[in-house]
Amino acid sequence: MNVLLDHFSEFRDGFIGTVSITAVSTAIALVLGIVVAGLRVSPIPPLRWFGTAWVTLLRNTPLTLLFLVTTFVVPEILFPGMSAFVLGSIALGFYTSSFICEAVRSGINTVPLGQAEAARSLGMTFSQTLRLIVLPQATRTVLPPLSSILIALTKNSAIAGAFSVTELFGWQKLMSEEGYDIVPIFIWVSLAYLVVTFSISGVFRILERRMEVAR
Amino acid sequence: MSASVLFDAPGPKAVIRNRVYAVCGTLAILGLLAVTIVRLGDKGHLAPEMWDIFNYAGIRQNIADAVLATLKAFGIAAVGSLVLGVLLAVARLSDHKPVRWLATGFIELFRSIPLLITIYAVWVGFLTDHSMWALAAGLSIYNGCVQAEVLRAGVNSVPKGQREAAYALGMSKTQVMTTVLMPQAVRAMLPTIISQLVVTLKDTSLGFIILYPELLQTARLIASNTQVNGMYPYVSTIVVIGAVYVAMCLALSGLATWIEKRGRRAKTGIGPAAPAGNAAVLGGDAGNVAANTILLGGGGDGTVDKGN
Repeated sequence: MNVLLDHFSEFRDGFIGTVSITAVSTAIALVLGIVVAGLRVSPIPPLRWFGTAWVTLLRNTPLTLLFLVTTFVVPEILFPGMSAFVLGSIALGFYTSSFICEAVRSGINTVPLGQAEAARSLGMTFSQTLRLIVLPQATRTVLPPLSSILIALTKNSAIAGAFSVTELFGWQKLMSEEGYDIVPIFIWVSLAYLVVTFSISGVFRILERRMEVAR
Repeated sequence: MSASVLFDAPGPKAVIRNRVYAVCGTLAILGLLAVTIVRLGDKGHLAPEMWDIFNYAGIRQNIADAVLATLKAFGIAAVGSLVLGVLLAVARLSDHKPVRWLATGFIELFRSIPLLITIYAVWVGFLTDHSMWALAAGLSIYNGCVQAEVLRAGVNSVPKGQREAAYALGMSKTQVMTTVLMPQAVRAMLPTIISQLVVTLKDTSLGFIILYPELLQTARLIASNTQVNGMYPYVSTIVVIGAVYVAMCLALSGLATWIEKRGRRAKTGIGPAAPAGNAAVLGGDAGNVAANTILLGGGGDGTVDKGN
């Protein structure tokens, strides 16, 4: 009785579920993270405070609690009947956005001072400076932490399985409830996660090599 | 580069424009908050009775017990992860190849598997009736691996002269590690170690999934067992429990910042590294650890110079 061969279709669905929730929440987290990082360095104090509050609050909240919030509170505010996948992606994306924001902000700090000064002396506005000069150069230093943040996101996506999203942890739970031995289940699930995390770090290694510039 | 480098000191026009943006931004944020509150109010989640449940002694007692249970699991996991971290770090720095490989394999394996998968496997496989120990064991394994990497970076950042001097005095390998390298590594990495402990504290909430009655599980039980106005008080419970979590995590992070500041004040030895962001530590990426090493290398040189 082989747990993988007997339940391969569920395993495949779980794997696809993990990959897709990772992809969707990565997109949410990247957009939000970069926008909030922009707010945190902006010349407008209320927006800066908002950015700081966002990061502090989300970074100090356990992800499981955020999942509870999106499961029970968000449908009440927006509209009832949102799918678990969407709610899970929101929770993961928002949580991860605070980490991405901090990575981007420290990336902005590593861009040499002269670059921003030169942009300003050319008469560029704040948003032009950030968009055209600083952020593109910050990308290079942001990539390594970003890769580890996204790997952490992949690992965190397991929690979504406990909130009825179809993914690999859900498969592990289902199989162990069906009475299969936990050790082979654990091995297969770990292998599947290793595949995802290794491909993420592989992609980032390629990106880093392509962005590499002799200074 | 400080934020102010990104924009000029505003002139009269820019001052007005910034004010307009500030007002618009504030209004937008307040608007979002208002919509949230109105929608929640419409659904009856803000009714006084919903929040009155926290005045009952029973529920207060439940929450106090839950905080205690969370702290208990956190305490065990913190000690366990630190002990495992030291052991794994020493094993990974060992001169014996098999030990080194074993430690490296263990660290790399458990660091790249979701914590929840480990906790669940430990719970189902070994400790079905002891969810607290399952939670603590899972947390210890995962965070132990991360702490091991942090400590290893710390040991590597101790200036080479320290080790050489210790060997020159005739100390054994164990003595060099326990009395010279480890203390300096711990001191240097304390902020990072504590920010990983904050992560551990947050991760105790995974006990929710293996039915350990910690804060979150209690919150769910309170919310699903109490009925007010024909509704379950999920919103009020989540807000209260969330506040407790944020307060606990902020207190621990505050401790990390305080220790870092205190360490910077001291003039002796190598200074502690700036606490790495939670994210980097969460990811447990070598890149972050390497950055710390470089930072510390600079601090170490200062000590050597003083000797001259």
